[in-house]
Amino acid sequence: MIISIASGKGGTGKTTVATNLALFLSGEKSQDVRFLDCDVEEPNAHIFLKPQIEKSRSVSLPIPDVDQKRCTFCGECARVCAYNAIVVLKKEVLTFPELCHGCGGCSLLCPENAISEKKRGIGVLEEGKAGLIKFVQARLNIGEPMATPVIRAVKKTIRGDVITIIDVPPGTSCPVIESISRSDFCLLVTEPTPFGLHDLKLAVELLEKLEIKHGVLINRAGIGDDKVRDYCEKEGVPIMAQIPYDREISVLYSRGIPMWSIGEPYREVFRQLWELIESQVNVDR
Amino acid sequence: MRQITVISGKGGTGKTVITASFAVLARGKVMADCDVDASDLHLLLHPRIKETHQFKGGMKAILNEERCTGCGECIEACRFDAIREEKGQGSESQGTVIIDPIACEGCQVCALVCPFDAIRMEENVSGEWYISESKYGPIVHAKLGIAEENSGKLVSAVRKNAREIGQKNGLELVIVDGPPGIGCPVIASITGVDLVVIVTEPTFSAISDLKRVLGLTQHFQIQSVVLINKCDINLENTKKIENFCGEENIEVVGKLPFDNAFTQAMVQGKTIIEYGGSGLVEEIENLWERISTKLRK
Repeated sequence: MIISIASGKGGTGKTTVATNLALFLSGEKSQDVRFLDCDVEEPNAHIFLKPQIEKSRSVSLPIPDVDQKRCTFCGECARVCAYNAIVVLKKEVLTFPELCHGCGGCSLLCPENAISEKKRGIGVLEEGKAGLIKFVQARLNIGEPMATPVIRAVKKTIRGDVITIIDVPPGTSCPVIESISRSDFCLLVTEPTPFGLHDLKLAVELLEKLEIKHGVLINRAGIGDDKVRDYCEKEGVPIMAQIPYDREISVLYSRGIPMWSIGEPYREVFRQLWELIESQVNVDR
Repeated sequence: MRQITVISGKGGTGKTVITASFAVLARGKVMADCDVDASDLHLLLHPRIKETHQFKGGMKAILNEERCTGCGECIEACRFDAIREEKGQGSESQGTVIIDPIACEGCQVCALVCPFDAIRMEENVSGEWYISESKYGPIVHAKLGIAEENSGKLVSAVRKNAREIGQKNGLELVIVDGPPGIGCPVIASITGVDLVVIVTEPTFSAISDLKRVLGLTQHFQIQSVVLINKCDINLENTKKIENFCGEENIEVVGKLPFDNAFTQAMVQGKTIIEYGGSGLVEEIENLWERISTKLRK
């Protein structure tokens, strides 16, 4: 079962909910859990789960390597490249690796077989354990624009036998889509403010388009207004849980301490949340 | 004309609320909301849309089912797992090829390898961008379509149009509200600007994100300053940020306290400057004065 934790707006508490849910499943339910931090631009779950990293490897994209001796400068590679990552001059071929998406078109279609591929590292993937939780995260190299291939590498570590919890980056565009694809359920974490509501609506539209079951967790309940609740009720989006605003949670968060460690009443929030998630996953749409 | 971008690495540190205050305080400026996947600046500045433009951000592969023989060459060639074959009913019937428009990266390799010319590439409308007028001046903003990509290109379009409006109207400044993260839309939001303001907060997560986003501005050699928001949530961490910035030779341009007035102002759809309250306005005015002095240099 794959459960992703997302939100349109950043800073609503995705990582908090994802890490605490994993701690609950592993610690109290004795479930095998795999935790994926797909926020490869700004990964933070490690701060709360404190994993022991056991393996680390580079994530790379295949980019063109032009054999200038074989090349006849015909320009076919530049014509087929949709990303302007290759330019053919009279006596030279220039490549722009940071524009290359690694589609393989140029090497496949070069009439002279003058293009092979080489690997270009764009991130680092790490695997380890946080207690009994299997932990996977990756970091996009600084200055690299494309997060999606790095997220794809994180998602390739999913195995079917255990519960997978995915911490998703903020927003609604390609990195989010890659992170939540194939989820059995996506929990949207929001806060009861106009920004929270606006970005929640975008996220709900996205999940409807992707046909992924979803529900909402209202974090910092009490700080703003009731419009998130009104919206969910009107649109029939299930409210799965709410966590009241508590300065103690913020202070502990600031020090990298999960709210699970406070004990009650927060543990009960995650017990009830999990029961609801399980029942939602098992309902046919 | 000068350009300033507000970013944060981590989401939810208060970027947009701060940017909106700067929009009220700055003179002779145009705003650019470059958080195109979840733009919120308009919720505080209430612009009236004057022009709407379609944004064509890339290509998508479209299948001509009549020509397709189901040979599978395209499936073999696609590296983005965007093409699959759905088996037909019964053993005799032929399967159908399906292209997933969401997974398609627009690389056109499928169209080029298809022996039957059954795939064509079509320009894809992936969002809209707007030129609007607000009480505080012109604003260029955008909405990326649901499940669309190329947000970096849309950011570039927003910035380009904001600059053009600024030039046409003889304005001095472009204020850019940037997205979270360090990837392509962030890079597109900061390249070529005069100053980046990084809004952080004293939490371990935000500090970790600050270091990465500062690495990014240093990588592109863009001058940056740090603003510590909600500084009283954890004074020890605030000190850590100040020490870190000292070591990196980055100015901490201001510190703002945690204050529920920020949320209350947002609920009323107001900037904190309009909402007023508890000395915050004066602090933000002083902050803007320091930043604008830096910009004039």
